[in-house]
Amino acid sequence: MAAATETFYEVIRRQGITRRSFVKFCNLTAASLGLGPIAAAEMAEALETKPRTPVIWMHGLECTCCSESFIRSAHPLVKDVVLSMISLDYDDTIMAAAGHQAEAILEETKQKYKGQYILAVEGNPPLNEDGMFCIDGGKPFVEKLKWMAEDAMAIIAWGACASWGCVQAAKPNPTQATPIDKVIKNKPIIKVPGCPPIAEVMTGVVTYITTFGRLPELDRQGRPKMFYSQRIHDKCYRRPHFDAGQFVESWDDDGARKGYCLYKMGCKGPTTYNACSTTRWNGGVSFPIQSGHGCIGCSEEGFWDKGSFYDRLTTITQFGVERNADQVGGAVAGVVGAAVAVHAAATAVKRLTGKPTEKTDA
Amino acid sequence: MGIQTPNGYTLDNSGKRVVVDPVTRIEGHMRVEVNVDDQNVIRNAVSTGTMWRGIEVILKNRDPRDAWAFTERICGVCTGTHALTSVRAVENALKIDIPENANTIRNIMQLTLQVHDHLVHFYHLHALDWVDVVSALSADPKATSELAQSISSWPLSSPGYFKDLQARLKKFVESGQLGPFKNGYWGHPAYKLPPEANLMAVAHYLEALDFQKEIVKIHTIYGGKNPHPNWLVGGVPCAINVDGTGAVGAINMERLNLVSSIIDQTLAFCEQVYLPDVQAIGSFYKDWLHGGGLSGTSVMAYGDVPEHANDYSPKSLKMPHGVIVNGNLNEVFPIDHADPAQIQEYVTHSWYKYSDESKGLHPWDGVTEPNYVLGPKAKGTRTNIEELDEGGKYSWIKAPRWKGHAVEVGPLARYVVGYVQKRPEFKEPTDRFLSALGLPLTALFSTLGRTAARALECVWAAQQMRYFQDKLMASIKAGDLSTANTDKWKPESWPKEAKGVGFTEAPRGALAHWIKIKDGKIDNYQCVVPTTWNGSPRDPKGNIGAFEASLMNTPMADPKLPLEILRTIHSFDPCLACSTHVMSADGQDMATVTVR
Repeated sequence: MAAATETFYEVIRRQGITRRSFVKFCNLTAASLGLGPIAAAEMAEALETKPRTPVIWMHGLECTCCSESFIRSAHPLVKDVVLSMISLDYDDTIMAAAGHQAEAILEETKQKYKGQYILAVEGNPPLNEDGMFCIDGGKPFVEKLKWMAEDAMAIIAWGACASWGCVQAAKPNPTQATPIDKVIKNKPIIKVPGCPPIAEVMTGVVTYITTFGRLPELDRQGRPKMFYSQRIHDKCYRRPHFDAGQFVESWDDDGARKGYCLYKMGCKGPTTYNACSTTRWNGGVSFPIQSGHGCIGCSEEGFWDKGSFYDRLTTITQFGVERNADQVGGAVAGVVGAAVAVHAAATAVKRLTGKPTEKTDA
Repeated sequence: MGIQTPNGYTLDNSGKRVVVDPVTRIEGHMRVEVNVDDQNVIRNAVSTGTMWRGIEVILKNRDPRDAWAFTERICGVCTGTHALTSVRAVENALKIDIPENANTIRNIMQLTLQVHDHLVHFYHLHALDWVDVVSALSADPKATSELAQSISSWPLSSPGYFKDLQARLKKFVESGQLGPFKNGYWGHPAYKLPPEANLMAVAHYLEALDFQKEIVKIHTIYGGKNPHPNWLVGGVPCAINVDGTGAVGAINMERLNLVSSIIDQTLAFCEQVYLPDVQAIGSFYKDWLHGGGLSGTSVMAYGDVPEHANDYSPKSLKMPHGVIVNGNLNEVFPIDHADPAQIQEYVTHSWYKYSDESKGLHPWDGVTEPNYVLGPKAKGTRTNIEELDEGGKYSWIKAPRWKGHAVEVGPLARYVVGYVQKRPEFKEPTDRFLSALGLPLTALFSTLGRTAARALECVWAAQQMRYFQDKLMASIKAGDLSTANTDKWKPESWPKEAKGVGFTEAPRGALAHWIKIKDGKIDNYQCVVPTTWNGSPRDPKGNIGAFEASLMNTPMADPKLPLEILRTIHSFDPCLACSTHVMSADGQDMATVTVR
């Protein structure tokens, strides 16, 4: 990246952060990503030798919950992400510039950082009405999105909107709101679903890419395995009550007050792949089930159209849950072609960023 | 020359046209066009909502108990307030009473949102219109410390603290990678703060960024996550168990202590950082009293934060209720959401179609049919708009009116209503703020006044969080653990047909949802939200809405650098994802939407 002049490490050192704090930061970040001490050392090395990666954060049809979630990150603090870890050169939700001054940044980034910036997309483009259900700078958002995608190194699809379509794409999808991988075909896209995704998952994905210089390993649906490879139910602290047949039968009943399993209240934990029951929310304070409401499955594709949030899942049986939920999950391991495509995409990023290609145990 | 609007503005579009698109530091997508005269004073203003999602269409035929989750996704910034409005609408339709504890916990969650939203809005979406980040680099840290200590007892105020912060900022700027501060309007003549005040404000920008994530943990405790916590028709989903088997799986003493501790910190931040900052910054801008718009003549507040469960009468509501029109501050009218003659929406200048566009429709009877056409004088093409024609259709926002009046909603509207009702909790802090700046009451009707009202309200809301958390503790102590009423949980217990309305005060202003339920499913759903009121285009009579009115007659230093426009538009805290919505009318199928 010839265009940038300074490494992350140089920047934070100049900002008065000690080497000791820097190493500690790498260890904490690695730990929050579920990685070991070797990865922490690798991360430190990457941060010492790489400049801050430009990030362009665009908004289509959305509700801004992804941005709001991102700023909740406890580790790393979003302040440190923005000042020291990435260069968030365009984000219409927080940027100082507007109008022409904002648009000029996109033009400049495309030229100056061709093939070197990350495009982060929150929301999705509507295709009906010539795309004019979402107008940005007088033009359809979808045009701007494709234009910025052309020269991006990689693309992050934030949240359920960019990944799957989310609420505006629920039936009958009046605007034809469309997930971004349906309009951008030639770039690696990493999906970080959820409505919104967990803050530390979002900053974890960003720091993983900027420090290791490659996409994290993705599943067949394009999600990082490190956060999305297991069901809420697999790691739920109420799971023993499920296994013991102890259920909440009605809101605020004796079972609810004892923290029994919410399966009968419609909990979608058994079919939802996300990190909520382990990473939890807002610095680990709680997650939906811990606060008494079932999981609504917000990181799953089309979760708005799978019946009421209070309908009991009928696709799982109490003790055969693993086998059955695997089927619901879409035969995760079985689709070789898709896995190869994902691997190819990840390799392309490695090539673009010029990083060594040896595999880590990430 | 110019056109006279019924609500008292003279519009003249003969001067140079200035376009700002995208308007940044807002929620969603928005465009502003103005005409300036040869003195660069704004003589015509056009505000456009540039997105449309159709959430209410999507709600048709769904389970009313799920509606809160859909409508919550209208907005992730005012997260939870649509959900609360939705469960209230459903409960109103089905005549469901909620337990006292559920009302208290909902109030705490709603107040938590108010505080969080106001803080983040001021520091992260609005401050850069008042604060010059680059100027902070030339501040004297010692003088900054003296300034900070003269206005507040907030402990992070030593010369060393500001020196370190300045060093970090300097090195960030020198790196050449300015991130979100890139291409800002630094050095613009409309910035009035001395370097020291700028440095203090930048410090608090970063502190507020760190702190805001703590406030929302209250949502996480009671609602499981934030953004987008969980809600429940009939109460709240979290159960209380402070003294029995399995209490660790419920709201217990540890959870209640955590809430309490966050409330203490929140109150301290609002009282010792936010309000003193706004007062200090305001003291340098007291000559810049533009942007009042409709605030001195036509304002509306529905009221919110019911003291008593299930009592939404003005007497029970701790936030003011009422509407003021035609500048008559001596009379506050009550609002009836169910009266078809009071709240109506017009589409003459919106990208929708009515059979008779000279008339407005009440939300229960509304029609939405998208109709994206540009007016004859628009410049550019339909997919590359250069200039809009406000004589034709020009926004995805409808034009709601109260008895035909365009009104402003939001913190300033609430404070104006509370002030003229002589409620001391609103009047006295307002008077104190104005007298500290040596300003008359009329100064309140301005961009500065709107900004001040938000800060005053934030402190009020933090105090109310304390009040309701104490109330919850007292209730638990008295033995009441109830958090949900499940008598009418099952659709079999519902009438064949029902309709209801729920309302709240979102951070940005008055919000209401109207619902019709038929055979256990949503037959019709409609939201009229704060930014629909504030960002409204013109109506058939030519009345302009609050955004447009607020920009009128504001001088710009340089029309190419639209700082003054941003400052005033941001003072409303616009939320465009909220404002641009749609409903399907009785029996009308949404097949009318073109699918290509």
